[in-house]
Amino acid sequence: MPLSTASNFAKPDDAFRLIVEAHRGLSDEQSAALDAALVLILANHIGDIAVLRDAVTLGKRRLADNSSSHTAQAT
Amino acid sequence: MIFDPVFPAQGRIKGAYGSSMAQQTTTQFGYRRHPDQERPANNAAHHPVVIVGAGPVGLSLAIDLAQRGERVVLLDDADRIGEGSRAICFSKRSLEFWDRLGVGQRMVDKGVVWSVGKIFHGDQQLYQFNLLPEDGHKMPAFINLQQFYAEAYLVDRVQELPAIDLRWRNKVTALERHNDHVALTIETPDGAYHLSASYVVACDGARSSLRGMVGADFQGQVFEDQFLIADVKMTAEFPTERWFWFDPPFHAGRSALLHRQPDDVWRIDLQLSPDADATVERRPENVKPRIARMLGHDQFDFEWISIYKFQCRRMARFIHDRVIFAGDSAHQVSPFGARGANSGLEDAENLGWKLARVLRGLSPEALLESYHIERSLAADENIRESTRSTDFMAPTTKQEARLRQAVLTLAKDTDFGKRMINGGRLSTPSIYETPLSTPDADAWSGGPRPGASMPDAPLRTRAGADTFLTEAFSAAGKTFTLLQFANGQASDIPDAVQSIRIGEDADLIDATGAASTRYDARPGTAYLLRPDGYVAARFRHLSRAAVEAALARASAAN
Repeated sequence: MPLSTASNFAKPDDAFRLIVEAHRGLSDEQSAALDAALVLILANHIGDIAVLRDAVTLGKRRLADNSSSHTAQAT
Repeated sequence: MIFDPVFPAQGRIKGAYGSSMAQQTTTQFGYRRHPDQERPANNAAHHPVVIVGAGPVGLSLAIDLAQRGERVVLLDDADRIGEGSRAICFSKRSLEFWDRLGVGQRMVDKGVVWSVGKIFHGDQQLYQFNLLPEDGHKMPAFINLQQFYAEAYLVDRVQELPAIDLRWRNKVTALERHNDHVALTIETPDGAYHLSASYVVACDGARSSLRGMVGADFQGQVFEDQFLIADVKMTAEFPTERWFWFDPPFHAGRSALLHRQPDDVWRIDLQLSPDADATVERRPENVKPRIARMLGHDQFDFEWISIYKFQCRRMARFIHDRVIFAGDSAHQVSPFGARGANSGLEDAENLGWKLARVLRGLSPEALLESYHIERSLAADENIRESTRSTDFMAPTTKQEARLRQAVLTLAKDTDFGKRMINGGRLSTPSIYETPLSTPDADAWSGGPRPGASMPDAPLRTRAGADTFLTEAFSAAGKTFTLLQFANGQASDIPDAVQSIRIGEDADLIDATGAASTRYDARPGTAYLLRPDGYVAARFRHLSRAAVEAALARASAAN
């Protein structure tokens, strides 16, 4: 599959932190708007519909996991 | 006349909310009794082709068939045209087809030529596009022209062609399918009579009664949002451009469209909420303030007001034995993108030559199947495009609305955001994936591939006159035509194929180089064009055997 799921950042914590901090102080509504913009910006940067499709598939699979095994997440 | 508007045909709300102020002069045609009506049911007159519905699609198809030497009976259940302006945007491809039918220039002369569209968000312009950025095409990207003018010009052309027998107030009330013919029952002011036809083409619009008579389904998606369409008459200084607003100051939270037509008439389209009461909204006293807010004044008169919802749907099959469906009877789209009337005209263009060949025994019936293949794929593409536009204009979930808002916001600063804004993707001809095409065997870095429509280009005749490739194609006879970029050698081509030769020693000269560029041509390059002006095959080096094979494939002879 063309989507890269290897760890691509030298410091993954920096990337995660950067996104988390971008949401600090935002309401849920503002956060949702920010996420929508980020998704579109990053999708365009990738510029490959097959990669985007794989990313959607992967994202949705995890969504299903989260809702079906809600209690198992705290381990 | 078919009162299904081709645009906005899509489920325009009829009856209680029907158009209230068709103030244009309608053109009235007379019913005339025909000798066929004297014949008893068991000895009905037989005709090779009966077309049902004298709208733009039926009229154009009749003219094309007549120009190909076929006799056509064209039936319509009404006797006038001129109700509302309905379709207004006619594409370059439609104009090129009409040009071959002898009415293109008249349409352009009357129409409003445009190619620029602007998209606004609030009071700010986000994006501007030009649909025909290059010169050297005979026809413009689009004209706006009220459908009743288009129909009137087509009727005028029909009346010059004795091969077309146009019968007003002839309403098909029953249809029986047989192995070798179709039997029709037709109601007239003088009572019913019967006809038999080798083929019936149903161009009877979105509410096609023939569709019901063959028992065909018509499935698709209904959109809940309502749109108010108003044609207003005023003198205004707005430029001749298509203006589309998201969330305009004069119509908060919704979308709006402004577009110019001939005779100082402007098309205005306002999105309403799904729960708006159509009977209330369409009253002129309620429409007027909205439009006055939009225009900044109230110095205008209404020509036409209509409220509609739209549907995107198509028939599973466009051919039911000897009954063939074309235009809105076969498929419906939302109006944003000018894909209704134009796709119907592309249906007519696609079907005309095929039906003529089958009627003459030049091709087997299998050629007609390619009409279904090519045009149903085109319908899918049109439905996909117009559904996307509609979804963008009327997001259905909160997150969809957020994503749209993100696009509109990003568009202020980024090119990719501008390109994602979807205020209607305007009709361009489909590229057919079709068994009639011969796959490329040579290397190409441009030019129309097999299944694509021929691009126009400016040319000069040996005598020094300016002309266009589309005119040369029309003059060559609108049949299979070999377009050759000459290399000095005489070519050996089949008799059934007409020829257009471009080159320094040929009849036509590519003085600007545009033809060579648009066709990725080198000396010796040749394109086999179908009678509808689509590319069947292309060659870097011509051989008679290769042309014959491509011709056989494109005419379904093998």
